[in-house]
Amino acid sequence: MSQSLEITNLNVNIGDKRIIKDFNLTIPKGEVHAIMGPNGTGKSTLAKALAGHPDYEITSGEVLMDGESILDLEVDERSRAGLFLAFQYPMEIPGVTIANFIRAAKNARLPDGEDLNAPAYYKELYEKMDALKIDRKFTSRSVNEGFSGGEKKRCEILQMAMLEPKYAVLDETDSGLDIDALKIVSEGVNALRGGNLGALVITHYQRLLNYIIPDQVHVMYDGRIVKSGDKSLAEELERKGYDWIKEITETAA
Amino acid sequence: MTATATQLEIDRDKGDFKYEESHKYDAGVGLNEGTIDYICDVKGENDWIRDFRKRALKVFEGKPMPTHWATKDLENIDFSKIRYYLSGDNRSKKNWDDVPDEVKETFERLGIPENERKFLAGVEAQFDSEAAYSNIKEAVSKDGVIFMGSTEGLMEHPEIFKKWFGKVIPTGDNKFSALNSSVFSGGSFIYVPPGVKVSHPLQAYFRINAENFGQFERTLIIADEGAEVTYMEGCTAPKFDTATLHSAVVELVAMPGAKIEYITVQNWSSNVFNLVTKRAIAHEDAVVKWIDCNIGSRLTMKYPGVVLKGRRARGEVMSIALANEGQHQDTGAKMIHAADETTSNVISKSISVGKGRSTYRGQVHMPKHLKGCKNNTECDALLINSDSRTDTYPAITVRGEENYVQHEASVSKVSAEQIFYMQQRGLSEAEAMSLSVNGFVNDLTRQFPMEYSVELKRLIELEMEGSVG
Ligand SMILES: Nc1ncnc2c1ncn2[C@@H]1O[C@H](COP(=O)(O)OP(=O)(O)OP(=O)(O)O)[C@@H](O)[C@H]1O
Ligand SMILES: [Mg+2]
Repeated sequence: MSQSLEITNLNVNIGDKRIIKDFNLTIPKGEVHAIMGPNGTGKSTLAKALAGHPDYEITSGEVLMDGESILDLEVDERSRAGLFLAFQYPMEIPGVTIANFIRAAKNARLPDGEDLNAPAYYKELYEKMDALKIDRKFTSRSVNEGFSGGEKKRCEILQMAMLEPKYAVLDETDSGLDIDALKIVSEGVNALRGGNLGALVITHYQRLLNYIIPDQVHVMYDGRIVKSGDKSLAEELERKGYDWIKEITETAA
Repeated sequence: MTATATQLEIDRDKGDFKYEESHKYDAGVGLNEGTIDYICDVKGENDWIRDFRKRALKVFEGKPMPTHWATKDLENIDFSKIRYYLSGDNRSKKNWDDVPDEVKETFERLGIPENERKFLAGVEAQFDSEAAYSNIKEAVSKDGVIFMGSTEGLMEHPEIFKKWFGKVIPTGDNKFSALNSSVFSGGSFIYVPPGVKVSHPLQAYFRINAENFGQFERTLIIADEGAEVTYMEGCTAPKFDTATLHSAVVELVAMPGAKIEYITVQNWSSNVFNLVTKRAIAHEDAVVKWIDCNIGSRLTMKYPGVVLKGRRARGEVMSIALANEGQHQDTGAKMIHAADETTSNVISKSISVGKGRSTYRGQVHMPKHLKGCKNNTECDALLINSDSRTDTYPAITVRGEENYVQHEASVSKVSAEQIFYMQQRGLSEAEAMSLSVNGFVNDLTRQFPMEYSVELKRLIELEMEGSVG
């Protein structure tokens, strides 16, 4: 059984519009891949389609997680199977505290009738909050409500750290972060890196990749990957801009 | 049905349950003077009660339904098909060990207190119209607190009962208070002597079991000068195909400086008409607080009120209503300011799911001659999916320039994107919805006694499980 997140010939429609086009990508466990690409090219669509968003219709293709198809699973089943999505725009949940939210998410992973050990849970939560330099006061704040952009992103990483997924898609987790936060969040991701996590990092900025060094960089354009390479591809892209990608795509076509 | 077959049917998804039953006393269907004579004879009531009931029957018959403002669904109540009195359980007693595990489990999930589970499972003999009174009764009686069924109270303490009975809510207040006044049975009677502060909440548990059996309990609570008491009421009804009617009357009297807190969490099945009149009188410096949580029922109409009769009296209503598919929660509050410097606070939260419908009706009355009165009203509605409907009808009549009123209303929605976000973290759709709902009511439930907020949380979870496919 292959230990990877394997996306083959994936096509995704929103309404009648085809957004993701014959998309192929394999992320072996333990690796971090980055996707860069212009606005509106389908990066978030890919992320949400993987997570099972009901508005995103998968018209063909396959997604295997460690060899098993996840396409017939419900959103929550995919999550419990080990897929995590750090949202580009995390939702606010009024009245539900971060502590209760993450606790509910962890409880959902336990067999029926079993309950989380509260002291152990809080110990873990505080440790991980400390590591991400999130003030402990945040535990009693409602999820994302009134959070600054950067606080929301940090909270996404906290959730990821608490839920210990097998595969994570981070959708522009770096945007909205100040320099210090960028480092902290990157350290958070790096700490989870290694044998147990495969990650897909969506970003617009090469700078993030100085902190989270990717095994591969992919450039996405018009719903598909048009170029792949190592970390230096991100630097090249930053220098040459997307017109360069447009050119090579058009000459290839 | 054979003797060995289980006597209990249960819809585990919904927490509904019902029993085979047989009653020693049954007034039959329909309502006339004969029904009242039957009730009075069975209960051995005095003539003044018999007269009171019969006068109430006339009022009931003469009063129209409140159809000019209320929902048309009321017209679907067929008074001639309802059983107005049942009592006396003829079932052979069971052992707790004989109760099926899934039933025990449902009780567990509903958060029904231990001592009441036995009663509900038919292990204890009390049934239907009779409220369950636990050991609390003996514990409080040493302070002179009277805590008993209203039928008993009526006979054993007529001097207190008569003085207040029907004074807060007169028979003719509305059609359903008249109905209750003619056929009431069950409910609680509490008298707390001056200065006595009852440390534990007093509680009773009611249940409708018989099909077409209307439950008409009548509760009267009097806290004498400086006394304090909390009363908790829980209701749940098993599911039947035809409509059942629950029409209670609850009267509270808070004498000067007294405090009464009345807490209700009810989980009616979706065929119950729940038409309840609840009102309190608060004398000088008294405080009355209604905490009212309505889950389920086909139609609930309930507007707990406080008549602020003495100076500096305070009234509060905190209510939560959850209307699921096919349900209508028509709830609210009435604050009648009748003395200077009286204050009132109303916080209402409603949740509408699917085609569920919530209506808030509030009334705040401050006449011109009063000074220094304050009211704060807050109504928040949460909609889960776009079919839901919510209406707010605040009727605020405030005259006089030295009075102050504040009214806020909000409507929010649980969006599909929020549900997706929560599901992405591993919560099922139902869990995501109940988490949102619990989040929405959280700032209110935090103020409830612990065990009540826990029970409410469980009920919301059950209700949300039932609302997704
Ligand atoms: N719910 C939707 N309904 C209609 N169109 C949508 C919807 N979601 C996305 N789209 C469209 O799909 C295309 C891809 O959007 P997507 O959000 O995936 O882009 P992106 O690559 O993540 O862009 P960005 O870098 O700005 O985040 C865009 O043209 C967008 O307008
Ligand atoms: Mg995007």
